[in-house]
Amino acid sequence: METLDLSLVDWSRAQFALTAIYHWLFVPLTLGLGVIVSVMETYYYKTGDEEWKRIAKFWMKLFGINFAVGVATGIILEFEFGTNWSNYSWFVGDIFGAPLAIEGIMAFFMESTFIAVMFFGWNKVGKGFHLASTWLTVIGATISALWILVANAWMQFPDGMHFNPDTVRNEMASFWAVLFSPVAMSKFTHTVTSSWIVGSAFVVAISAWFLLKKREQDLAKKSIKIAAVFGLLGTLLAAYTGDSSAYQVAQKQPMKLAAMEGLYKGENKAGLIAVGILNPSKESYDDGVDAFVFNIKVPGMLSLMANRDLNTFVPGVTDLIDGGYPTVSKTGVAGVALSADEKRAKGTLAVEALRDYKLAKTAGNDSLAKVKQAQLEENFPYFGYGYIKDKKELVPNVPLTFYTFHLMVIIGMFLILFFIVTWYMNKKDLMKSQKWMLWISMLTLPLAYICSECGWIVAEVGRQPWVIQDIMPASMAVSHIGAGAVETTFILFAVLFTVLLISEMSIMIKQIKKGPEGLNQ
Amino acid sequence: MVFLTFVQGGQSLIFQIGKTDLEKTMLVNTLGRKWEFTFTTLVTFGGAFFASFPLFYSTSFGGAYWAWMALLFCFILQAVSYEFRSKKGNLLGTKTFDIFLVINGFGILLVGVVVATFFTGSEFVVNKANLTNTAMPVISTWSNPLHGLEALLCVRNLLLGLAVLFLARILAELYFIQTIVDDNIQARSRKFLLWDTALFLVCFLTFLIWTLVAKGYAVDPDTQVVSLVGAKYLHNLIEMPIVALVFVVGVVSVLTGILWTLIKPTFIQGIWFAGIGSVLTVLALLLLAGWNNTAYYPSTADIQSSLTISNSSSSFFTLKVMSIVSLLIPFVLWYIYKAWKAINGKPIDAAEMNGNDMKY
Repeated sequence: METLDLSLVDWSRAQFALTAIYHWLFVPLTLGLGVIVSVMETYYYKTGDEEWKRIAKFWMKLFGINFAVGVATGIILEFEFGTNWSNYSWFVGDIFGAPLAIEGIMAFFMESTFIAVMFFGWNKVGKGFHLASTWLTVIGATISALWILVANAWMQFPDGMHFNPDTVRNEMASFWAVLFSPVAMSKFTHTVTSSWIVGSAFVVAISAWFLLKKREQDLAKKSIKIAAVFGLLGTLLAAYTGDSSAYQVAQKQPMKLAAMEGLYKGENKAGLIAVGILNPSKESYDDGVDAFVFNIKVPGMLSLMANRDLNTFVPGVTDLIDGGYPTVSKTGVAGVALSADEKRAKGTLAVEALRDYKLAKTAGNDSLAKVKQAQLEENFPYFGYGYIKDKKELVPNVPLTFYTFHLMVIIGMFLILFFIVTWYMNKKDLMKSQKWMLWISMLTLPLAYICSECGWIVAEVGRQPWVIQDIMPASMAVSHIGAGAVETTFILFAVLFTVLLISEMSIMIKQIKKGPEGLNQ
Repeated sequence: MVFLTFVQGGQSLIFQIGKTDLEKTMLVNTLGRKWEFTFTTLVTFGGAFFASFPLFYSTSFGGAYWAWMALLFCFILQAVSYEFRSKKGNLLGTKTFDIFLVINGFGILLVGVVVATFFTGSEFVVNKANLTNTAMPVISTWSNPLHGLEALLCVRNLLLGLAVLFLARILAELYFIQTIVDDNIQARSRKFLLWDTALFLVCFLTFLIWTLVAKGYAVDPDTQVVSLVGAKYLHNLIEMPIVALVFVVGVVSVLTGILWTLIKPTFIQGIWFAGIGSVLTVLALLLLAGWNNTAYYPSTADIQSSLTISNSSSSFFTLKVMSIVSLLIPFVLWYIYKAWKAINGKPIDAAEMNGNDMKY
């Protein structure tokens, strides 16, 4: 009997992760810098001050350099769902495809139409038309983010659908449930506001470099004025939406939350790890080795974050595998959590019921088909567990999830402080005289990128092995191609993306060094 | 998307029509202001296929892996080349990025080859029951180890690929004539227009006649059983007079745009006739491939695995959602028209390229 090559699953994961990580180097800057440029041009429109036009055009140029690679990597992601995850494309394409198509119609056309006016329309259209085009470009980019995040959120919390055993796929039952899922809303707001931070950190860092070099001081000061306020707004909103995002994770993906906190054994009044070092000797959830070498906890905070109640129980990895802890359903009904083995048994029942349903249908035995359909529907919430060979597969990479989550939070808190200080020092005209602050401003830019990438690593590594939470593991979603083919394209993409990234950075650095006067070189 | 193939066609002509750096810059800039649209339409095409025909997305993309990957690589090169080509510090040099654009331009041939497989078939098997095989749950499998590249070995596929390439070049030449004020570019565009038209007609007519008389993949509307039927696509053309009319109008419109431009030197609107004509012609070809009880993505490995509109489309609910969203399209077309008009109101010339405006 033919079996799936597990290295194919790993290479497919690696290729998608590679593309997503590269893509996310460019997108947050587009979303954040786009708004800043629009605000700058609005100043120009309102005041008629040519200096604001010069400033807006300078940042716009950098926006354009960054935009192209974001587009290139984005298109690959869309098609990789088909090329590398073909089973997924059929199994949930009826739901997942719609946001992608809507993204194209509602967002990409807006973005691509008005970006041409934004770059080439300065001397061809009126000031108002141009300003509207700049805003519409960034609004288009943000709407694009909405739809792709709706699609991603649906994978983390599948809602508004039903499984059709005749077509052997999930079908959309409520468009509004997909669009307005609480996970989608918190994911969208958190992702967009965190992108504002990257855009702001970028503007502050480059402006700081100008101040350090004693060049373009007016441009730098005016740019920092906008970026510091926008960055502070972004960090505060990201902190707020991050909290609601964590709450959604706790409710819908408790295993991810446990991995984020390195929580193996559940606790009442669970504490939130402020700082901690995981024990590298711990290899499995059930090996009896202590999880931490060292940690400092804030008592009760994890319970508060996860359940909005300081005194509640938060399950750890072991609890989620072994089950047996008390739960309360959405409707307030008390129950007991199932173990992973019980879920796998239910998943196997669901898969077998689907197989028997198809056989009964083929044989024309409608009464048996009806029985099997009922059995399938009853167990369908655990369908994906039927493909899990070992319950240890259900535990994501805890160290990677834990460290990226905490790095994101620590950098996020630093960024709040950073933007407050930057805003204050710029207002008092202290930036240019304080070299240490200019250096901190420049060094903060890579931190903002690391923070942003960490967020995605938490979201995506923490949900493994699921492609669709509880319904479809990654091993069930791949295409039937050779692992060698994916390995080859992985290497090709890695080389190509790296060359493009180096080219982009080289062009960006040259352009920055030239300043606003070298826009057309 | 069909109309916008002029961007790829134009890229394949950069070194043939542009002999000096300034001429190349003018060509790249007039195309560059539209490249985002080719990307957008490609992404929307991908999304729309995903949403409307998920089984096609799953079977073709996951199976014809190398064909689609080759196409994707071409498009990555396009996205960055416009923005990077003339920038200092671009690492690879202007010529390399121009060559990337040319590679992407010739990549349109692959699109034509893939479309031709809608008539000639591909080697795949679809078995939805595989999903319950937990050791190997993949429902669509490709039977040829070349994973899509085998389509390039079929002469009929290549003929349509070449026809699409020459048509894209024709559209580009008409677009250059309309949007660039430069005597050399105008003269060379007209010269290549004549040659590309002749080559297009040879390839397209050979493909068309071959396809109309060849066996096609018919679907029994009652049993959904797929079978090979002689001259199926000719029958489709006869049985669908409106499609036949659309096809004829499309071809006549393309030829009108070309001939009028060649005969009358002051006529520069040929792109509109040929572009709209191309859209109508391709629409008619796609309807011939998939309408009137025909399998639009036939399987030569297992004929009953062939994809039809009914066995591969999304649920009625999702299609309804997509139809409602499609109501936005006229609005989208309206603002595209307004923006194009604003940007293309004045043709590109050497003075603009040497001025201080932003350029590629």
